[in-house]
Amino acid sequence: MALLESVVSDLGPPNPWFSWDWVVANKSDLLTAVEQQVLITIAAVGLATIVSFPLALLARKFRRAESFILTLAGVLYTIPALALIAALYPLFGFSAWPVIVALTVYALVVLVRNMIVGLDGVPADVVDAARGMGFSPSRTLWRVEVPLALPAILAGIRIATVSTIGLVTVGYLVGYGGLGQIISYQFQLPIGRRGAVAAIIGCILLAVIADVLLLLLQRALTPWARRRRVATA
Amino acid sequence: MSGIWAWLTDPANWSGEDGIPHRTLQHLVISGEALLLAMIVALPAALVLGHFRRGGNVLIGVGNVGRAIPTYAAIVTFALTDQIGVGSLAVVLGLAVFALPPLLVNTYVAVTQVDKDAIDAAKGMGMTGRQVLGKVEVPLAFPLIFAGISITTVQVVATATFGALVGAGTLGLYITQGQSVQDYSEMYAGVILVAVLCVVLDRLLALVQRLIARRTGRPTVRNRRISAEEAATPIPVRVV
Repeated sequence: MALLESVVSDLGPPNPWFSWDWVVANKSDLLTAVEQQVLITIAAVGLATIVSFPLALLARKFRRAESFILTLAGVLYTIPALALIAALYPLFGFSAWPVIVALTVYALVVLVRNMIVGLDGVPADVVDAARGMGFSPSRTLWRVEVPLALPAILAGIRIATVSTIGLVTVGYLVGYGGLGQIISYQFQLPIGRRGAVAAIIGCILLAVIADVLLLLLQRALTPWARRRRVATA
Repeated sequence: MSGIWAWLTDPANWSGEDGIPHRTLQHLVISGEALLLAMIVALPAALVLGHFRRGGNVLIGVGNVGRAIPTYAAIVTFALTDQIGVGSLAVVLGLAVFALPPLLVNTYVAVTQVDKDAIDAAKGMGMTGRQVLGKVEVPLAFPLIFAGISITTVQVVATATFGALVGAGTLGLYITQGQSVQDYSEMYAGVILVAVLCVVLDRLLALVQRLIARRTGRPTVRNRRISAEEAATPIPVRVV
């Protein structure tokens, strides 16, 4: 990066959009913002994962609940983040909670859908075989159905995580926006450009890192999926 | 609650520059311009790439990472560019950037999912590549292409709320204004207006999708049962 900066500065006047010196000078602010962004993302996706699992089971048990849950989720999903966070703010005040709850709602939509699809995708004869071997329904769920649905569930967690990272920035509205904070508090100043660009770069980097980590987790948790791919290749 | 109702039914809020009709129009015009711009760029590119089945991995990769770009930051970046400045142009450009990845990926995927046999038959009849694209691939892929445009449209209209932050008005202005002066009636009225606009648009487009499905005899994306493989592939849907 230092090399990149020296190349850029050799080309002409200091770059108003990105400067490594600016990043170094604001290191502590940037690190605090990144930390907040990561913590809010983990809280929202974690909460959504915990809540979505029983919802998905409920939807599979009662098909009428499925269409109700999916319709409600679809409606909630279309509400803009700015509006949802604003709507939650009088309830929670200036805290991270309006942001976490709003982002949990969005992540829920992706997760419930993927969980239902993943569980529905488990072949019926595999479930029959497990029951035939004397597995109880709950043991069938945990030892057979959930592991087989894992690729779809983890794909849902990846989508939810990457989109949540970008969405955290909207939390600047209540003072908890992670990197969104650097955009807003220096918005009017000329230096705002560097803040906005740094926030975009930061979000993309965080998203790529999170995506790669979750992909590795997915590979580690579902080794059979990779083995099968190797076998067919 | 009664405050919100009073605000929504106050005739003063239904006329003039800051009135609900004007703000709604502003909201829709900005969204429409952004969508048009994104479609002019994305659709031809995705159709050609889909026809040749090239660049799919790159497109899907860009689509996934693009999900993480905060639209709010993109709009602010455009607003802070000297040649653009604060105003509706910055929002249009920011929203267009936001709309590009889902349009590219959905259109590309739609074209590549066209039945191989139909394409082979068209080629066997002596159609040129251009004819295959125009007369076979696009018509057969149309329901899916339209579904992608619908999803993107609703997302763009939802995201246009950010226009309030860079002096472009929109319905989002009631939210930010209300929040900054602690007028919760105005803020909640804004939340309700934006939410209703998005949900109504979403339902309308779903209806159009169903009509298209009835005419073409193919299931809509919403009603189609999604396969496990599809669920395991990240698809480009995002809210901001």
